[in-house]
Parts: sequence; structure tokens; C-alpha cells
Amino acid sequence: MYKWDFSIVTQYWDLFLYGLWITTLYTVGSIILGVLIGMMTCGARLSGWKSLNFIARVYQETFRCSPLLVQLLWFYYAFPLLVGITIDNHVAAMLTLSLYVGSFYAEIFRGGIVSIEKGQREAAAAIGMSTAQAMRRIIMPQAAKRMLPAFINQSVIQFKNTSLVSVISVSDLAYMAAVVNGQTYRPLESYTVMALLYIAVLFPLTQVADWIERRLRASD
Amino acid sequence: MTVQTESAHRKDQQADGPVLEAEGIRKAFGALTVLNGVSLSLARGEVVALIGPSGSGKSTFIRCLNMLETPTAGAIRFMGRPVGRRFRDEPGATGIGTLRRRVGMVFQHFNLFPHKTVLENVTEGPRIVLGLDATAADAIARDILAQVGLAEKEQAYPSHLSGGQKQRVAIARALAMRPDVLLLDEVTSALDPELVGEVLTVIRRLANGGMTMVIVTHEMAFAADIADRVLFLEHGVVCAEGSPQDVLINPQNDRVKAFVSRFNQ
Ligand SMILES: Nc1ncnc2c1ncn2[C@@H]1O[C@H](COP(=O)(O)OP(=O)(O)OP(=O)(O)O)[C@@H](O)[C@H]1O
Ligand SMILES: [Mg+2]
Repeated sequence: MYKWDFSIVTQYWDLFLYGLWITTLYTVGSIILGVLIGMMTCGARLSGWKSLNFIARVYQETFRCSPLLVQLLWFYYAFPLLVGITIDNHVAAMLTLSLYVGSFYAEIFRGGIVSIEKGQREAAAAIGMSTAQAMRRIIMPQAAKRMLPAFINQSVIQFKNTSLVSVISVSDLAYMAAVVNGQTYRPLESYTVMALLYIAVLFPLTQVADWIERRLRASD
Repeated sequence: MTVQTESAHRKDQQADGPVLEAEGIRKAFGALTVLNGVSLSLARGEVVALIGPSGSGKSTFIRCLNMLETPTAGAIRFMGRPVGRRFRDEPGATGIGTLRRRVGMVFQHFNLFPHKTVLENVTEGPRIVLGLDATAADAIARDILAQVGLAEKEQAYPSHLSGGQKQRVAIARALAMRPDVLLLDEVTSALDPELVGEVLTVIRRLANGGMTMVIVTHEMAFAADIADRVLFLEHGVVCAEGSPQDVLINPQNDRVKAFVSRFNQ
């Protein structure tokens, strides 16, 4: 029978907490950048400008149709060779995470906007609103409500996705668990603590996400 | 002509000339020609009913009147001024924004803003487009909501209203802009039969009050009753035009006769 001993691992609390902090930082940072990228991409897709739409489409499909792990490896190891520069692993990680989540956000934003009936735009135009006014006051408030559940869901997933940055030596929670394991030779305890920490953060978040979704549905 | 007489002339035109004109409107969607030279001149206070079989181009035409559809050829003139980008360089040309501020539209499917209360639906135009402050816009909106019999519903959301109430809010929303012309596209077609009356009553009151209107409708009795003039559209051209008496009650044209008789049974 294996004898659990968490005391060895808990000596390294500071390492776990640091890892959790870094994970949070990359999640929040990539969500903020991803929203900006997503909005620009969505704008390009809806601009009615064919070449812009095409470029946005290529970006989106590239990032949505390849695994994040592959993207991280490519950006850190391959991309620098291609352009002849070195990229800091932190920069590569943040950039890849943001581009990855941005490609999904763009689709969520676009889907929300195009789901609003054409009649709304026309009714706004018919009282003399400009396209921008109609967008801001009529389309976006309704679209935002429809996007919110998918947006929150994607953001929660992003918290999990950050664990992959450990493969390019960014010291997030997953990486720190490996460090602790290296110090203690206690993989069972090290990785269990890591798993519990992920769950401790994600369980409340998913509950909040579900609650928001229920409330939105009730308000329709 | 001197500058002075020219401007005096324009003033005359604004007072007595047609409010809204469509001149030889053609509209094609790709290879499909939907309107093939439709003209209409609308005098102030006039009520024109637009009738015709399904697919004849009634909606497309009325939507051209406020440029929700851009005509393929032909011109829309508001107060004698050509409207749209195409006429940018002509003297006196006016923008689509101006046209839409002063020509209201009511849609078959209401198109109310679901995230706004009844009051907010009605104040949206005055506040955002006309730039009125909240107090002034609310006052206008309450006045108009009372006129359409919905004073007590101002805090309700559209989803809590009946079809007839929704359509009356939509009319109020258009009226809040104090439009010169009101365009109505089959505004009772999506309503349960028992709710049609309350909307027609509101429109009738507007007509009696001197509102200039273009009404697309399948309510032949109503059209005969309130219209000053009736246009019968078929395959994108005006087949018959005249008083309700001439077009609806004693139609000369065989096609119109056949169409109207179906409604009189
Ligand atoms: N955006 C569009 N693209 C392509 N075809 C269109 C478009 N809008 C209308 N049409 C076509 O134009 C024709 C006329 O349509 P329209 O809606 O003006 O007819 P209508 O007289 O209003 O008919 P109804 O009585 O059924 O409302 C129809 O054949 C329709 O399919
Ligand atoms: Mg129609």
C-alpha cells in the first residue's frame, strides 16, 4: 500500500502558489489580448472587404485547426529560425495563447453579431441611425448577451490550456509541479496537489458560468 | 434666374410641391428585375395605398422610398432634392440620413428593439438621432404612446406585448421622429385577425390627422376607405393607378379586376 505523505510536498507551497500565479497571469493576459485580436478579426470578417475577410479567415482556421501544443512548439522553436530572431519563451507563450484564444473569440463574436435579425439593423436605419450607432446601441447589446455563455466557456477552457506552456519552460502551475516532483521524487503527491489546485480554481468558475447562462436564459 | 428668385422658388417647392417622389425606379437583384420603372409623386397629406399580388415588388418599392434598398436606376426626391450618393454632386442633393430622419417606416414584423422598454424604443430616435435630452424625448414619447393607447405599457418589454400592441409601439417609434411621411409595409399581416382592428384604427386616425402615408396592404376595404389614391403593382410595373373608386371598386383593368374580386368574396 502506497503511503501518502503530503508534508514533503507542502513544504513547497510557495512554488505551487507561484505557479498558480503565473497560470492566472497567462490566462488573464491572453484573454485580454485574445479579446482585442478577436474583435479585430471579427471586424475584418464582417467588413465586407474580400481580401481582409480572407486574411482573417486564414488566421482563424490555422489556429482553430491545429493543436495548441503544436502551435507553442512551432512558435518557440520553428518561427525564430524562419525569421532569424530569437523569441523569449514567455513572449512566445503569451503570443500563442492569445492568438489561439483570439481565433475562437472571433468566431464567437461574429456568430453573435450575425445571429441578430436583419430587421433590427433596418429598424435602426429607418429611424435615421448611422451604421455605427445601430451597431453600438442596437446590435451589440443583443449580440453580447448571446455571446456571453460561449465567451465565458472559452475563457474557462483557456485556464486549462495555459498548462501547455510548461513545455516551453514557462513556470506555470504544471511546470512547478514538475519542479517539486524533481526535488521530492513524489510524483503522486506533486501532481495530485497540482490537479487539486486546477480543480479548486475551475470548479467555482464553471459554477459561475452555469449560473450566468441560466440567468441569461431566464431573462429572454 | 437670380440667386434670390431661385431660393424663393425652392421655398415654394417645399411648401406646395410633392413631399416625396420616386422617379422611374428600377431595382434588380442580380438577374432578377423586381421593379421596372415605378414612379410615384406624393403630395403633403396624401395617403397612397400600394396593392398587388405577392412578389409584385411592393415591399421592394416602399423600401426604395427610404433607401433601405438602393435603386438600380431612377431617383428618389425628398422635398424636391435628389437623395443618395449617386446625386452627391447635384445642387441641392440630400443625404440618406436626412431622408430617413424625416420618412418613418413601420415593418410587417414590427422589428422592435427587444432589449429596450416600450418607452426606450420610442425615445431612441429622438435621443440618439435628433439629439434631444432625456426629458424632452420622454415627453414626446409619452404623448405619442398615449395617442396609440399604450400609455400604461411604457415600462414593458416588447416580448410582453401582444402583436397589436407591438405594432402600435412600432408606429409610435416612427412617429416620435415627427416624420413628414410614414411608410407602412403590410403592418397588419403578421397579426391575429382580432388584433388587426386596433392597428387600423391608429392608422385611420393618422390619415384623418393629415399624415402623409404610403401603405402596402392586403386590406382592400381599408385601402378603399382611407386612401386618396391607389397604385396596383404587378411584375414591377404600375398596372393601374387612380382613386379607390376607379381602381378598387370599379376596376377597368382585367388583371386588377381579377385580383380585387378575390378579396371581395
Ligand atoms: N434581397 C433580395 N434578394 C433577392 N431577391 C429579392 C430580394 N428582395 C426581394 N426579392 C424578390 O423580389 C420580388 C419582389 O419581392 P417583394 O418583397 O418586393 O414583393 P411583395 O410585392 O412585397 O410581395 P408580398 O406581398 O409577398 O410581400 C420577389 O420575387 C422576391 O423574391
Ligand atoms: Mg411585401
